[in-house]
Amino acid sequence: MRVILPYHLRTLAGVGAEVPLEVAAPVTAARVLDALEARYPMLRGTIRAYETGQRRAFLRFFACEEDWSHEGMEAELPEKVRKGEEPLVIVGAIAGG
Amino acid sequence: MSSVRVLVGTRKGAFILNADGKRKEWTVNGPFFAGWEIYHVKGSPVDPNRLYASQSSGWFGQTMQRSDDGGATWTPVGNQFTYDGVPGTHQWYDGTPHPWEFKRVWHLEPSLTDANTVYAGVEDAALFKSTDGGGHWEELAGLRGHGTGPQWQPGAGGMCLHTILLDPGNEQRMYIAISAAGAFRTDDGGKNWKPINKGLVSNFMPNPTAEVGHCVHHVAMHPSRPEVLFMQKHWDVMRSDNAGESWREVSGNLPTDFGFAIDVHAHEPETLYVVPIKSDSEHFVPEGKLRVFRSRTGGNEWEPLTKGLPQQDCYVNVLRDAMAVDQLDACGVYFGTSGGQVYASADAGDSWTPIVRDLPAVLSVEVQTLA
Repeated sequence: MRVILPYHLRTLAGVGAEVPLEVAAPVTAARVLDALEARYPMLRGTIRAYETGQRRAFLRFFACEEDWSHEGMEAELPEKVRKGEEPLVIVGAIAGG
Repeated sequence: MSSVRVLVGTRKGAFILNADGKRKEWTVNGPFFAGWEIYHVKGSPVDPNRLYASQSSGWFGQTMQRSDDGGATWTPVGNQFTYDGVPGTHQWYDGTPHPWEFKRVWHLEPSLTDANTVYAGVEDAALFKSTDGGGHWEELAGLRGHGTGPQWQPGAGGMCLHTILLDPGNEQRMYIAISAAGAFRTDDGGKNWKPINKGLVSNFMPNPTAEVGHCVHHVAMHPSRPEVLFMQKHWDVMRSDNAGESWREVSGNLPTDFGFAIDVHAHEPETLYVVPIKSDSEHFVPEGKLRVFRSRTGGNEWEPLTKGLPQQDCYVNVLRDAMAVDQLDACGVYFGTSGGQVYASADAGDSWTPIVRDLPAVLSVEVQTLA
């Protein structure tokens, strides 16, 4: 599967826009983040908070052009994302004036 | 020939400014971590090439960076700051209980004896320590646990632990300061702490002389006299000659005794520097004039230092960690402003020159004197 990171996390992890990952089924947001953080430990705490394990407030998850942010960390991602036909997109909020 | 390296944290990245010992020609490197807030960058006194940086963002939270080559390259290190045990509550702005929540690292203080040991002062106020070069962080929980924590309250900038002073003559002694709780001291390496706020008067508090609750903005110390402390409080410049057991006011003839930054000359322990700010509701210098004030008498008698600094239409602020001194024979003094200027004086404050004028708002300035 594929994950697209926001710009500042790409520079932090030293990666390009899109990160390919191997994630065993069931492919959920939590398991994708587990795999992402295992490969890029510097991303720990930046997408989901250490204390709660929940998505940070100013980030959103998009899958197949739909907001997946409120589906829950344990919900299985859409089939096209699981197969790598579509990326899981992590987006920083447009905020700050 | 000696040289200096100035480490600048700003709202949108870090910058490293280099000069030889004359401190006239500067190179500006950066931005490092462009777009991130860099609250503090500081080097190890044991290994000057070992730098630590606090990098944070409203979107992505706190990350930490370490350099082993003087800032040429950086490596992300551990960023997990978990309070010890059940964090409990402190007071919110309205006086109601509010849970302790980690927000960011304000200040980094590398050990005087071990390059892999570094302390971190964080918001919500607590002190953390790493002994593996920033890989892992553990709270020195005796500070929050000593009893007054539920009475602490955030200042306007948050409830931050912003000052960490290590006693060079006594590894067991350390001072810290919190807005708005006050100053604290440990004499056993951080296990136990006591408030050291006797003599502070804060008229915004229900009890102006309470044991805790004071909005201490910064504390400075000369390494040759670690029992003598100088404090810029929200209002009032204060001095203690007994390791914080008691304080007396030394604001003297300052035009206003509100301010953030305070520092001590590298070779003259009675020479102090402050930058008076008009008030807590107008965070800029008074009368449109950027003036550093110097006392050569340990306080009370202050002289304005203006040569090279703007003396009209200037409305910048100088934050608490944004002033530093170097160790060269003619002591260099440096400070950064909310307008993005970093000023340097190579003659102990008699005259000033901007090293760089248009950085993002400056949050912190530290200086390394290199052989």
